Amino acid sequence: MDWSQSLRLIAPEETLSVAGLVLLLIAAWGGDKSSRLISILAVAALAAASFLVAPALCGGAMGPDTSAFFGQFRADAFASYAKILIYISAAASLVIAPKFFDRFDAMRAEYPVLVVFAALGMGIMVSAGDLLTLYIGLEMNSLAAYVLAAFLRTDDRSAESGLKYFVLGSLASGILLFGMSLTYGFTGTTSFSGINSALSSGLSHGALFGIVFMLAGLAFKISAVPFHMWTPDVYEGAPTPVTTFFATAPKVAALGLTMRVMLDAFGDQAAAWQQIVIFISLASIVVGALGAIGQTNIKRLMAYSSINNVGFMLIGLAVATPQGASAMLVYLAIYVAMSLGGFVAILMLKDENGNFVEDIPMLAGLSRTRPALALGLAMIMFSLAGIPPLFGFWGKFVVFQSAVQANMIALAAIGIAASVIGAFYYLKVVKIMYFDEPADVVKGENDIWHKIILVASVVFISPLGYLLTKWLGGLADAAAAALYFSL
Amino acid sequence: MIGIEHYVVVSSILFVLGVLGIFLNRKNIIVILMAIELILLAVNINLVAFSSFLGDLTGQIFAMFVLTVAAGEAAVGLAILVIYFRGRGSIAVDDVNRMKG
Repeated sequence: MDWSQSLRLIAPEETLSVAGLVLLLIAAWGGDKSSRLISILAVAALAAASFLVAPALCGGAMGPDTSAFFGQFRADAFASYAKILIYISAAASLVIAPKFFDRFDAMRAEYPVLVVFAALGMGIMVSAGDLLTLYIGLEMNSLAAYVLAAFLRTDDRSAESGLKYFVLGSLASGILLFGMSLTYGFTGTTSFSGINSALSSGLSHGALFGIVFMLAGLAFKISAVPFHMWTPDVYEGAPTPVTTFFATAPKVAALGLTMRVMLDAFGDQAAAWQQIVIFISLASIVVGALGAIGQTNIKRLMAYSSINNVGFMLIGLAVATPQGASAMLVYLAIYVAMSLGGFVAILMLKDENGNFVEDIPMLAGLSRTRPALALGLAMIMFSLAGIPPLFGFWGKFVVFQSAVQANMIALAAIGIAASVIGAFYYLKVVKIMYFDEPADVVKGENDIWHKIILVASVVFISPLGYLLTKWLGGLADAAAAALYFSL
Repeated sequence: MIGIEHYVVVSSILFVLGVLGIFLNRKNIIVILMAIELILLAVNINLVAFSSFLGDLTGQIFAMFVLTVAAGEAAVGLAILVIYFRGRGSIAVDDVNRMKG
C-alpha cells in the first residue's frame, strides 16, 4: 500500500478538511455577513464528499484495497454507508439553520464550519481501523459538538446544555480511553486486526476490562442506558437545528464505531460482550419508553425516543451476525429520516410572533389549524412507534428478524413487548394534535427549506418507502459484508 | 522492583479519583474540569507504562495525541464555562439545573 493510494482513499476527508479550513478563513475575513455564502459552500463540500464515497458503497468495496495508511483507516462499503448518512444529516442541519438563528439574530459564520469539522470527525470515526484513529475522529467530532450545543449564547439553556454535554462527553472519552489503554496493554497493539489476532488465543482479565470500559464509553456516545442521562437535557437545551444534527449524524457515527470495534476488534470475543449489549439494549428500550411518558417538552420527548430507538438498533449488534449488522444499518437509515423529519416539524411549530413552540399541550388541535404539518408529524410519530404501513415498521422488523434467525427469540419477544409501551407516548402526541380542543397557538410562516425536508422525509417513511427495501437492504448487506470481511 | 502492576494500580486509582471527582463534587465546575484532566493523565500513565513494558512505541505516541487533545478539550471547556458564567453569574454545580426531568 503506497502513499498515493492511501491519499486517494481518504479523498472525502481531504475535501472536507480543506473545505473547513477555507471556510474558516472566509468566516474570519467576511464576518457574520458571509454566513449564508459559507452555508452554501459547506453544503456543496458535503455533497462533493458524498459523491466521493458513493462508488465505494455501490461497488461494495472491501478487503485490503480499502485499507489506507497501514490499516489505520478503512474506506470500505461500511464506512461509505455510514458516511453518506452522516453527510446527508449534516447538510440538512445546515439548510434548516439560518431561519432558526435569524430569529435570535445569532446566525454566525462559524456554525457551518463547525458542522463541517464535526462531519469530518464522524467520517474518521466510522473509517477507523486503529484505536488512535478512532480517538482522533471521536474528539474531532466531540469538540465541535460541544461548541455547537452552546451556540445560542444568549440563551442560558443552550449554555447549560453545552456545559453538560462537555462534562459528560469528556467523561465518556476518558472512560473509552482508559479502556483503550488497557486493551493496548494486554494485546500489545492498537490496530483492530492486531487486537483481533492477539485475542484469538484467549481473553485475559485485563483485556476484558478493556472491552467493558470501551463499551461503557461508547454507550455514552450513543446515549444508551445506563449512560443516557445527558441526552434529554442536551437535546432540550441545544438550539433545534443543532439538536437535529445531534439526533442524526453523531448517532450514526457512534453506532458505526461501536459496530466496528465490537464486530471487528473484539469480533471473536462476542461471548464476552454479547450479554452486556443485550442488557444495554433492553434497558434502553424500556427506559426510553417509560421516561418519555411524563414529558411535556417535545424535544425532550424526542430525546427519549432516540434512546428507545438506539435500544432497538443495539438488538442488531447483540446478535453479532452479518444479518444483525445489516438490519442495524437499515434501521439506522430509516431512523435518520424519521429524526430529520421529526425535528424539522418541531422547527416549524411557531406562534404568531415567530417564537418556537416546544410544549406538547400547545399542539392541541393542530390538525384543524395546520392540517399538513399535523399530518406530517403524526406520520413521523406513527413511524417511530413502528406501526405497520409506515417505513419505521420495516426497521424494527428486520432487526427482530435477525434476532430470531440467530435463535435469540427471548430478546426479540421482550423487544416487541416493550415497543408496545413506546407506542403509548407517540400516540399521545397524535391524540393531542387530532382530538383535543384547539389551543390555536401554532401560526407562524415557514421557510421553504423546512417544508422540502419535511416532505422528503415523510415520503421516505411513508408506505412508498417499501419500494426501496430491496435497494436499501442490498446496500446494507454489502456494508455488513465489508465489516465482516476485515475479520 | 517496581513492575507494571504498580503503574496500572496507580493509574486505576487516579482514574477512579477523577470519576469520583466529577460525581461527588458539589461545589465548583472548575473542579470538574480538573477531574477530567486527572482521568486523561491516568490514561497517559497507563499508556506510557505499557509502552515501556511492551517495548513498543505506539503507546507513547498515543500519549502525545492524548495530551494534545486534552489541551484542546480544556480550551473548549473553559470557553463554554465563560459563556455559562456570563449568562448565570455562578459556576456552582448545584445551580446547573435549568432543565430537569
